[in-house]
Amino acid sequence: MDKFLGSSVTKKFVMAIAGLFIILFLLVHLGINFLLLIEDPVPFNSAAHFMASNVVVKVFEVVLMAGFLIHMIWGVVLQIQNWVARPKRYKRTSSSQTSFFSKYMIYLGIIIGVFLFIHFMNFYFVKLGWVEGDHENFYRMANDLFQLPLYIVIYLVSFLFLAFHLHHAFQSAFQTLGLNHNKYTPVIKGIGLIYSIVVPLGFSIIPIVIYFFK
Amino acid sequence: MKLTLKIWRQKNADAKGKFVTYDFDGASPDMSFLEMLDAMNTKLIKARIDPVAFDHDCREGICGACGMYINGHPHGPGKAITTCHLSMREFKDGDTIYVEPWRAKAFPVVKDLIVDRTAFDKIQIAGGFISTNVGSAPDSHAIPVEKRKADEAFDSAVCIGCGACVAACKNASAMLFVSAKISQLALLPQGRIEATERVQAMVNKMDELGFGNCSNTGACEAECPKEISLVNIARLNREFYFAKIQ
Repeated sequence: MDKFLGSSVTKKFVMAIAGLFIILFLLVHLGINFLLLIEDPVPFNSAAHFMASNVVVKVFEVVLMAGFLIHMIWGVVLQIQNWVARPKRYKRTSSSQTSFFSKYMIYLGIIIGVFLFIHFMNFYFVKLGWVEGDHENFYRMANDLFQLPLYIVIYLVSFLFLAFHLHHAFQSAFQTLGLNHNKYTPVIKGIGLIYSIVVPLGFSIIPIVIYFFK
Repeated sequence: MKLTLKIWRQKNADAKGKFVTYDFDGASPDMSFLEMLDAMNTKLIKARIDPVAFDHDCREGICGACGMYINGHPHGPGKAITTCHLSMREFKDGDTIYVEPWRAKAFPVVKDLIVDRTAFDKIQIAGGFISTNVGSAPDSHAIPVEKRKADEAFDSAVCIGCGACVAACKNASAMLFVSAKISQLALLPQGRIEATERVQAMVNKMDELGFGNCSNTGACEAECPKEISLVNIARLNREFYFAKIQ
């Protein structure tokens, strides 16, 4: 396995790059999602159509999907190796001053992965034609889903966990890439904190507004 | 002080091992943790019970021998101290104290609280040195070294290789130790010559020995008795990537 995936440092590098690419993509996705708040379905559907048909976007789509898969597979492999590295656990543990959510990244990642699958079943696989649905009107599909209280709860909880995941992930990716500097690391941590709150909050506001005000 | 000590007892590397509870009424707040163990062991010996085996040497906080996991912390509670510098004042009369050996696949238990830390030596042997012609000591000013870099190299060089970073890390990763040993040389002109080979050899050896992967949690930095910084790990990463593309 290690011959294929490389050293521990290489594996972490790949995880960080894939993770940062996903972080960038989330911003694009959020921008498009805000179009759901407009009464007119045309801008959102046009953006969805553009994302589904543009050649450049299609190339990025392949990179993004590879990024998701690599981030998940490498994450699981690294975690298994970490568990194996300590076969006998401590009887008494105490918490030290650490990046709190870093201890739960695999569990947070699994929950996000489950949501991602539900999300793909609702939209991405519909676009690919693997699952039935009206792929020309994602605006209506999204608005319909955001009328279901259970779906909204699952959605909000998933984004809360995404926020926890991102809180550690953002600054951790920079550290893994070797970018740690007395002056700039606090800035990176600050941006990471803002990103991990603002982006999941942005995603979360949309279903709430649609459910209560549309 | 009256204490209840729950200590990991394991006859040898192959034995199963278990916690044994000792009610010890002979500790003083003026003792160090090791002195308390000495006093308890004296009692055990008098009672013809095998004393608790633990590593120790200098008892000055510089040798890195006395590693044990006390109440959930490597070297016990308290910042930037080794077990020998842990005072019994940190505990209260009537406390229950758990004492465990370092837990890591790469650090197998030899007996009781003693673990085999040869893995660290093997990583050092893989590349943690510079090759130079021996002879008389060169003039200290022969190679100019920037003050800031000299200071940083010194901060890395204070690592005593006790293994607390591995013990503290949830992944039993040795990255803080390895990164300190890489940094102390990478920052100096004498160490640059073999830097490319060094970082790859030491990382490969670390992986081969079964240490876990770094997840930037920072427990190592928080628990390190010498306060080695995570900056070292970022430097190791940089050194490794540049070595790979060269």
